[in-house]
Amino acid sequence: MPSNRIRMKKNVGEFTIVSNSALNNTNYHICLQSDIGLPDIAPGQFTNVDIPNNKDIFLRRPFSFFDVDYEKKTVSLLVKILGRGSKSLTELKVGSKLNLVYPLGRGFTIPDKNDKVLAVGGGSGVAPILQLAKTAGSSPGQMHIAIGARSAEDHISIADYLQFAQFYFTTEDGSLGEKGFVTDHPIFHDLTQYNRIYACGPLPMMKAIAARAKEAEIFCEVSLENLMACGFGVCLCCIEPTVKGNLCVCTDGPVFNIKDLKW
Amino acid sequence: MVNLAVKIKDLELKNPVMTASGTSGFGEELADFYDVDKLGAILLKGTTLRNRDGNPYPRMAETASGMLNAVGLQNKGIDYFIENIYPRIKDYNTPLIVNVNGSTIEEYIEVTQRVNELDKIPAIELNISCPNVKEGGMLFGTSCASAETVTREVRKAYSKTLIVKLSPNVTDIAEIARAVESEGADSVSLVNTFLGMAIDAEKRIPLLSTITGGLSGPAIKPIALRMVWQVSRAVKIPVIGMGGIMNATDAIEFFLAGATAIQVGTAIFRDPFTPLQIIDGLEDYLNRHQIDDICKLVGALKY
Ligand SMILES: Cc1cc2nc3c(=O)[nH]c(=O)nc-3n(C[C@H](O)[C@H](O)[C@H](O)COP(=O)(O)OP(=O)(O)OC[C@H]3O[C@@H](n4cnc5c(N)ncnc54)[C@H](O)[C@@H]3O)c2cc1C
Ligand SMILES: Cc1cc2nc3c(=O)[nH]c(=O)nc-3n(C[C@H](O)[C@H](O)[C@H](O)COP(=O)(O)O)c2cc1C
Ligand code: FES
Repeated sequence: MPSNRIRMKKNVGEFTIVSNSALNNTNYHICLQSDIGLPDIAPGQFTNVDIPNNKDIFLRRPFSFFDVDYEKKTVSLLVKILGRGSKSLTELKVGSKLNLVYPLGRGFTIPDKNDKVLAVGGGSGVAPILQLAKTAGSSPGQMHIAIGARSAEDHISIADYLQFAQFYFTTEDGSLGEKGFVTDHPIFHDLTQYNRIYACGPLPMMKAIAARAKEAEIFCEVSLENLMACGFGVCLCCIEPTVKGNLCVCTDGPVFNIKDLKW
Repeated sequence: MVNLAVKIKDLELKNPVMTASGTSGFGEELADFYDVDKLGAILLKGTTLRNRDGNPYPRMAETASGMLNAVGLQNKGIDYFIENIYPRIKDYNTPLIVNVNGSTIEEYIEVTQRVNELDKIPAIELNISCPNVKEGGMLFGTSCASAETVTREVRKAYSKTLIVKLSPNVTDIAEIARAVESEGADSVSLVNTFLGMAIDAEKRIPLLSTITGGLSGPAIKPIALRMVWQVSRAVKIPVIGMGGIMNATDAIEFFLAGATAIQVGTAIFRDPFTPLQIIDGLEDYLNRHQIDDICKLVGALKY
């Protein structure tokens, strides 16, 4: 039987940019279409992107998958402008090509219907968190998502995800939701209602959440963003010290259970 | 039909394109993308006698047309390799070559002796050029006397094809190449990475945990090419060239400079398919220039 799914576990392929738009001050949403079918892509998995038109850049840049549409053969990325590579990506025109290595890494453990989940996203870390909720097909009663950002302008629209989760917002300047860091939100006062916690975002945020989860003895997975060269396990540049020794974030992660980390 | 097969002592390669040590894992990571049997050979990740955790993070910094690494030979040791990894990869239909490392001569010998017993490993690459470890490594490769000693001792312990990997961090690489040839090396491979450094000016900190690290990628290609040229004229044994090879044209340049085979390293990080693209590109080049055998290109520089 002919299949439009591709054969190998990992691929290098050309995608065409079908849209590239600013969501707010710092985040862009880039939607890409493949000429061939897509392999299965799990929430938390990522792609290593070749940055075109920039001679200063030698290595690819890793980005989490934000959304996947197998019918339309599209994937999207949520790109936060950090430096040269991310900036270049946000300037690409619709119709231009992007070369991806995909899908990479191991994603989040998908919660099931009986789990009570708190998922926390900071910055571009909301991308895999939203994909997690959608993939799990969760409900607002079951999945609570807390999103932290600097200010209201840095938050992205979550309209498409309201069916999957109850949302809570924080901003550092108080312009939306609670003022402060996401971990200052009252939802953190009592974690005992949850049996799973997920976090993706800046390292200090994830460490703070991991500490709370550990204290409350709740299952907790975090997604790390160590610097990478290859993204598929051959260079050993992206390592994280764990109880099992130095592991590669690109193949053993980027999602780790905090019980394995030396945090 | 053109011939791409080459021979390095008893090591027969169906094509002269190998993947470099430390840039292609144990071959399995590349097998996630394609059939690795198409490769000329796979140089396995640097292996030591005992487990090594390698250097702390950060171990990598992007630089102009290249990168610095300070991995520091992270590996689980030769016994772990033999028990756990070798059984999984031994049936690949391409030569697997172990990159042998040590901090003392005894360690080099012990690793070599164990590899000598593995049927499916037809050759070793003796790494006397790792710039990222405190003891041993590059120290063995930067003086003729120590390069000679380690080659002589390992030669006694090894009956198959012995390749010695040279460091470019020396005044006269041809002299080191002659020294290891005189002690029984069947081939030399070069270059390993150049000792380099990168700094974050704003934070005033080094970008690598080890401060200095090894530079690889296109940035080093002209120097690597020059060294392959010098070495190939200084020794009679086959030379394996590498350093910044990104495409078939780069590879052709190394053959013209005197390499019998080449290795692809850092380019794999950008695109794991690079070695296969180079194999196709070599065939195209030979057809286009009506050359029937890659061997006729070796050292064929007109000057
Ligand atoms: C698995 C994974 C998933 C990711 N997912 C996303 C995502 O969905 N959306 C998103 O916007 N970003 C994501 N990132 C981060 C993204 O890869 C970096 O922001 C990007 O590589 C920066 O490249 P640049 O060229 O813009 O910055 P550069 O010009 O290379 O760097 C600018 C500055 O930021 C520092 N820096 C760059 N990358 C990192 C890093 N990973 N950790 C710490 N410091 C760094 C540099 O040292 C430098 O000081 C992810 C990273 C990983 C490893
Ligand atoms: C991340 C990394 C790890 C490496 N590890 C090893 C190693 O274990 N043993 C070795 O002999 N060379 C090692 N090298 C050196 C390469 O095999 C090669 O000699 C060098 O990178 C130059 O070739 P290139 O520019 O094509 O990468 C490593 C290089 C890199 C970039
Ligand atoms: S980035 Fe190369 S091993 Fe993880």
